Amino acid sequence: MTARPIIEIRNLGKFYDGFEALKDINLTVLSGEKVVVCGPSGSGKSTLIRCINRLEEHSSGRMIVDGIELTEETKDIRAVRREVGMVFQQFNLFPHMTVLENLTIGPMRVRKIPKAEAEARARKYLARVHIPEQADKYPAQLSGGQQQRVAIARSLCMEPRIMLFDEPTSALDPEMINEVLDVMVELAGTGMTMVVVTHEMGFARKVADRMVFMERGEIVEVAPPDVFFTAPKSERCRAFLDQILEH
Amino acid sequence: MNRLGKLHWLDWAILALLILFAGYVWFRIDGALNYKWRWEIIPQYLFRYDEEKGRWVANILMQGLMNTVRISVLAGMLALVLGTVLGLARVAQNLAVRMLARTYLEVLRNVPAVVVIFIFYFFLSEQLIAAFGVESWARGIARGENAWIWESFFGDMRRFPSLISGILVLALFESAFVGEIVRAGIQSIPKGQREAAQSIGMTWGDEMRFIVLPQAMRKVVPPLASEFIALVKNSAIVSLISVHDLTYKTVELVSSTRAIFEAWITTAVLYGGLCFLLSLLFRRLERGKG
Ligand SMILES: Nc1ncnc2c1ncn2[C@@H]1O[C@H](COP(=O)(O)OP(=O)(O)O)[C@@H](O)[C@H]1O
Ligand SMILES: [Mg+2]
Repeated sequence: MTARPIIEIRNLGKFYDGFEALKDINLTVLSGEKVVVCGPSGSGKSTLIRCINRLEEHSSGRMIVDGIELTEETKDIRAVRREVGMVFQQFNLFPHMTVLENLTIGPMRVRKIPKAEAEARARKYLARVHIPEQADKYPAQLSGGQQQRVAIARSLCMEPRIMLFDEPTSALDPEMINEVLDVMVELAGTGMTMVVVTHEMGFARKVADRMVFMERGEIVEVAPPDVFFTAPKSERCRAFLDQILEH
Repeated sequence: MNRLGKLHWLDWAILALLILFAGYVWFRIDGALNYKWRWEIIPQYLFRYDEEKGRWVANILMQGLMNTVRISVLAGMLALVLGTVLGLARVAQNLAVRMLARTYLEVLRNVPAVVVIFIFYFFLSEQLIAAFGVESWARGIARGENAWIWESFFGDMRRFPSLISGILVLALFESAFVGEIVRAGIQSIPKGQREAAQSIGMTWGDEMRFIVLPQAMRKVVPPLASEFIALVKNSAIVSLISVHDLTYKTVELVSSTRAIFEAWITTAVLYGGLCFLLSLLFRRLERGKG
């Protein structure tokens, strides 16, 4: 299987009224590839992955996702979003819906799948994230780790081609981080294309095909993990790794 | 310790002042104005015994109160629908829609209610009612067999066009305030909720309908409840466009009996009691929920 590019980012720039959050970003992600993005806080990691499903609008350059270039065209934006799942730091589950409803609303409303089928699918993915018994609870009744796994299942129910993760374990108590990472490692094993912003370097070593290091809105270094962790080229990247691997 | 025991000397002083003031007012009315109190005539205007039907029926004050309740409830429901639409328009993606909603709102907030009501009445509801032939339709109903069903909802069907004007005018007026409450409710929903909805490819409409509004509506129940009480009180101004509400009926009563103070005090008690009961009810509902 020859992998084809599924995300193409070309000369991408992003301004927040005057402040340049992304500068000339170039990155191509291949179908099935796992890319882990790291870098200091405020370096533009969230902005970059939010540009991929246009939760942020880029100011210059091009973003092509699954063959569709993102422009003002709302039809195209929705077409891309259907194929791109996103997991947020704060989970963002719908608090007024049960777990099952959280998982079925997308397939039913966006993919127009009948209710029974959507529920069957929801239960399948709940089992996949190891919480099949929580279907009828409300998000507030679950632990943080369980909520984040529901959020992952909610994205998976759309059967996306790409999954984006924006610091999925940063809001979790330490004892719950692994249950979420385990699910993500399993997901990586299914061949899903994944772009993950995280500082969990153990996870990165296990899963990443490529590491991306960002600083001040720029991609400073892109390298396979064995090179990245042992012999980073840039001084700034080395300093960053020393700092987070210290603990 | 009983409650009276907790009263401070200052409380007693204030109480004494109030009693003195009430006494003075009484003295002015009774003595100086030479006013003859005739409280005994009031009850018959609340309820009267109908010889033909052989039972007690509502007389003008109670009829007025019933109409006030009808107008308030129906205008409240309509205002909720219009206000939700307006609130959504305030956060719409389309700039023209947002500006239109904003203009409507600013006009209503910056022009006196009475003026707004006259404008709505003459330019909108009068024209609409004439255009749709509501008048003759209502007269038909009043003569028909099922009149009693309609009358339990809308009161005297011969007054239906006027009642509808009152409801329309009041609902249009209140929709601005409901709209602002709904907008605030929508904007109080965390950004992450909307992003989560968008990230699965939902349309703006679905995002509002399934994610934002259900959460926003729960939050806006308490302010909407107090707005409804305000609506009951504000409904008095529809008497200016000859809707037979409690205020209109009281004006009638006063001009026929000259019992100015008795009639207006009774009406104040009716309005006050109604609104107080509503606020008790809403408070209880809210406590039951929480
Ligand atoms: N909505 C916004 N408005 C203005 N500035 C923003 C906004 N979002 C992010 N920024 C700025 O852009 C920079 C990059 O932010 P972000 O992408 O969130 O960084 P990271 O995820 O790497 O911590 C930061 O300096 C941040 O302050
Ligand atoms: Mg971030």
